[in-house]
Amino acid sequence: MRQSIIHWFKYASPQSFYPLAGRMIPWFWAAAAIFGIAGLWISFFVAPTDAQQGEGYRIIFVHVPASWMSMFIYLVMAFWAGLGLALNTRVSGMMAQALAPTGALMAALSLWTGAFWGKPMWGTWWVWDARLTSELILFFLYLGFMALQAAIDDPRRADKAGAILALVGVVNIPIIYFSVKWWNTLHQGSTINLNKAPSMAQTMLWGMLLMALAFWMYSIAVALTRVRAIILERERHTDWVKHALE
Amino acid sequence: MNPLFATVRRDVLLALRRKSEVLTAVFFFVIVTSLFPLGIGPEPVLLKKIAPGILWVAALLATLLGLPRLFAADHLDGTLEQMALSPSPLGLLVAGKILAHWLLCGLPLVLLAPVLGLQFDLDPSALGILTLALLLGTPLLSLIGAIGAALTLGVRGGGVLLALLVLPLYIPALIFGAGAVEAHIAGLDVGGHLSLLAAMLVLATFFAPWATTAALRVALE
Repeated sequence: MRQSIIHWFKYASPQSFYPLAGRMIPWFWAAAAIFGIAGLWISFFVAPTDAQQGEGYRIIFVHVPASWMSMFIYLVMAFWAGLGLALNTRVSGMMAQALAPTGALMAALSLWTGAFWGKPMWGTWWVWDARLTSELILFFLYLGFMALQAAIDDPRRADKAGAILALVGVVNIPIIYFSVKWWNTLHQGSTINLNKAPSMAQTMLWGMLLMALAFWMYSIAVALTRVRAIILERERHTDWVKHALE
Repeated sequence: MNPLFATVRRDVLLALRRKSEVLTAVFFFVIVTSLFPLGIGPEPVLLKKIAPGILWVAALLATLLGLPRLFAADHLDGTLEQMALSPSPLGLLVAGKILAHWLLCGLPLVLLAPVLGLQFDLDPSALGILTLALLLGTPLLSLIGAIGAALTLGVRGGGVLLALLVLPLYIPALIFGAGAVEAHIAGLDVGGHLSLLAAMLVLATFFAPWATTAALRVALE
């Protein structure tokens, strides 16, 4: 029992996590490439043209995985932030900091592709639908987290302050989601209901799942690359970094 | 409970001896709500429709205006560190400071809102709902805002950053607060909105002083 605890905590130190991350990154890039190629092939060549939406529906193969990842990354970020706050491990805070830009990118991508999808399907770039609105708010939460971390010079304080904000955010996300949803039903009429989408063909679902896996692997690869850069930046005064860079 | 009320009394006394700071937020509230009819046009039907939203957004911004001062002065002169070292729990003192902030910043808005609502041609029962919703909602704004104020304490560009952190978290209060008045105007039941607002207030009363205390300890390190 005790052995396993020591084993896990070994990678809580930047010095031992740095090479581990370096070894893992190529594998995640490879997985992202394989899933991405397979997913794109299915979504462009195998999946049939939608009877109602034509070719334009293929945007969802990017849109849906990006939305999923934007929400999932916030949870992962809050998990690392909470772990860092509870156990005072340095890599956890760096991990949360490394995940935030990717999460914000996914939220922005989701909003952007959503607008591209909305224009031909609904005839408008933006509707105040519950999902769109809560995705926008999630994007704001990412921006707030990144702005707070960027504004604090001391990295340890930045980590802890960011961790508290991430945890407050994660408690608030369900509240925000449901309030926006109920707000939306109160104001029916002017909006379009997303839930009436036709059921999906099997191949479309596969394409979407493969793309989601590709996005997932890409996010891990990018976050690990970024966390390595953060480790080097913060530990630049140590001997092992000087050796590692030689 | 004595330390709580001592903190409230101290903060209120300090603020009343420098009234301009309290009055700024109140006047801001009055001016912002008066700007909207000038920008949109004086049609009573339209103004009546948008009144709950405008009054609530203005209340959000006015609360935000007072937030940077919540801990800043005590942080500068070292009072906050003495509070953290004092035998009474910091969470209780922080709760006292938040309560004082609401008394100075939130309560005036609640009392002014019916008067400003008259400018927008709201009928008396709608004014009553607006006041009740603000009475439940403004403490919530102070509680959530305190977390942001503690996180941005002594940070570069704290004021703008505070807005970026806190405003997204204010959205549920805005939705149910303004929604209650809108529902009442539309002839619907407002019980649900007010209950949800009260539920969020209860949750925030429990968690927010705790999170604020954690954030303050980070800032004081």
